[in-house]
Amino acid sequence: MTTSPRQPPPQFVFRLKRALGGRAGWGGLALQVLFAAILIWIGYEIVANARTNLETQRIVSGFGFLRNNAGFDVSQSLVPYSGSDSYAWVFLVGLLNTILVSVIGIFVATVIGFLVALGRLSPNWLVARVAGAYVELIRNLPLLFQLLFWYLAVLGALPGPRQSIALFGSYLSNRGLIIPRPLPEAGLMPFAMALVVGIAAALVLRHYARQQLFERGRAIPIWPYVIGLVIGLPLVSALLFGAPFGLEVPVLKGFNFSGGTRVIPEFVALLVALSTYTAAFIAEIVRAGILSVHRGQMEAGLSLGLSRGTVLRLIVVPQALRVILPPLTNQYLNLTKNSSLAVSIGYPDLVSVFAGTALSQTGQAIEILAMTMGVYLLLSLVTSAIMSFYGWRLGRSLGT
Amino acid sequence: MKRVSLFFTLAVAAGFASQAATAETLKTVKDRGQLSCGVSTGLPGFSNPDDKGNWTGLDVDVCRALAAAIFNDPTKVKYVPLSAKDRFTALQSGEIDVLSRNTTWTLSRDTSLGANFTGVTYYDGQGFLVKKSLKVNSALELNSASVCVQTGTTTEQNLADYFKGNNMKYEVIAFAGQDETVKAYESGRCDVFTSDVSQLYAERLKLANPADHVVLPEVISKEPLGPMVRHGDDQWFDIVKWVLFAMVDAEEMGVTQGNVDEMAKSDKPDLKRAFGTDGNLGEQLGLTKDWFYRIIKTVGNYGESFDRNVGAGSKLQIARGLNQLWNKGGIQYAPPIR
Repeated sequence: MTTSPRQPPPQFVFRLKRALGGRAGWGGLALQVLFAAILIWIGYEIVANARTNLETQRIVSGFGFLRNNAGFDVSQSLVPYSGSDSYAWVFLVGLLNTILVSVIGIFVATVIGFLVALGRLSPNWLVARVAGAYVELIRNLPLLFQLLFWYLAVLGALPGPRQSIALFGSYLSNRGLIIPRPLPEAGLMPFAMALVVGIAAALVLRHYARQQLFERGRAIPIWPYVIGLVIGLPLVSALLFGAPFGLEVPVLKGFNFSGGTRVIPEFVALLVALSTYTAAFIAEIVRAGILSVHRGQMEAGLSLGLSRGTVLRLIVVPQALRVILPPLTNQYLNLTKNSSLAVSIGYPDLVSVFAGTALSQTGQAIEILAMTMGVYLLLSLVTSAIMSFYGWRLGRSLGT
Repeated sequence: MKRVSLFFTLAVAAGFASQAATAETLKTVKDRGQLSCGVSTGLPGFSNPDDKGNWTGLDVDVCRALAAAIFNDPTKVKYVPLSAKDRFTALQSGEIDVLSRNTTWTLSRDTSLGANFTGVTYYDGQGFLVKKSLKVNSALELNSASVCVQTGTTTEQNLADYFKGNNMKYEVIAFAGQDETVKAYESGRCDVFTSDVSQLYAERLKLANPADHVVLPEVISKEPLGPMVRHGDDQWFDIVKWVLFAMVDAEEMGVTQGNVDEMAKSDKPDLKRAFGTDGNLGEQLGLTKDWFYRIIKTVGNYGESFDRNVGAGSKLQIARGLNQLWNKGGIQYAPPIR
């Protein structure tokens, strides 16, 4: 018989069916469409119903309030802000304050956490016990109490502005740490360019040194050259083109200092409380990660003649990072969300300024809370995306 | 998921709860058997719980008068302590029937919040509290000072307006709770504490050395404090309004808690109308004929309530000032009960 064999269905139809409906095929697709339609209808009903009821009660709704004048001031703002700016600008100010304290807090907490974890694993009995005590104490006390403690302790220890402690033109008092503000001068552009060139050259040098190490086995100590490039080049430019910065020195006038930039005690207290609290959790996560690496790795490294520190740095911790990263991401997200406790000590973060003052002035709870929660969701998603990317790169370099 | 469910709950609350609350508040309160009254979290003189959990204060007396008028029992009130941030949401959602929480009457609050103010319990203004050691005699000397405020109140905006209007610079630190604000002021974090003058007197009592602090003479804003009810229920609005007016009218007519029994038997036409002997004004409101008697018997008139809570008979010792009756030098004026 010379019948041609039956052609299989074209691949793309099969792939389309799988992509749209999963293993259930066209039936699955129909169910998904129905489910999505129901969800959309429910969402629409909620929004429409809420809007109708708000209208009946004559409660203002909608996002038009964002254009109105805020009419109040905040104590710290990374962008220029005055009382006559809009609520949308207030939102931005609060958001930047939250991001500032979260980013710096994440960084500091990670450093402290790693150190405490390594301390707890140290063969030194006293160091291990002290680190253990730190973890047990800090993670068992509520964060709000720790925050109030740091705030009141910081405030209580510092003198008033008229009796502030002066160090090198900076003043420390219970109004904050006031440092001289750098004002840009003529030599700023060449200085910046020299710095950029120095850093780029240092990176090129590092790449070259690693290449030499992996291909030829030559270990070149590059740190003198790096220091020379990153510090020396800008220094040379400062000498040639003039100082890059002038200093605006703070002066006590009346009640407070004028001039200079100020680090408010609320920021410091919030940062310290968040970092130490999250560091206790991070320490346990890191310790778990390190313990998850087989003891044979450490023994093998030691038997090769490497020191404990080198084995940890080059062999154990890179393998431990795979276990550490997901819970570590959790802790970063917790830190970001815990920064909303700032409202209890008067730090103008997003919740305090926008979901606090702006909400009670405009009364539009639904819109403001939706915006605030949306922003926190966005921050969390960005953080976990960054950590996922880091984990992916790590996995790639480890060959998994 | 957390964000979706909270949003869902909020939206549903706005969607469904408000329907039950409009136009039927009196019936709801009577069915419940209890008045739900929004008060502060603890402000001496206005709404403050003592160590046994009994609430006293000028705002509390308004709620007690309301409960007496409706139930003939001033204890049938549930007090819901609210911070400055969530007081309006509680009223909008129907959690409370009346908000009696030293809230300033402003246009934006009267319109965009879906609520109405029923009257003025206390004519107040915003002032400044400073330490005597700073040797400041006037608010105009406060250039570049640090000021502690409680967030979520009219205080922040008034402060911004005042300093901007006088070309003075300042640093503002805004706290969520009144207690943290006062503690920061006491620790020296800020030079000035600003709030309504009545609250300054009340909070000064809580400080370690009240005599070391002085309230500056400037009153930089008008803060008429009064009760709030939701839009859409005119009968309830009238009831809350006239309960307060009854207290003020009683003082004007000379009716006190002590002499209310004999005054009830008086032949004077205005007293007969008020006590219900003549006509049925109480029933027109939706209350009983003896509504006026119930109110004055349990809470006393406005002057007595004032003295007991914030005036000469209390620890605050605030003078009547603007809150005196209109024919005695103040501006408390209630329409006639007829």
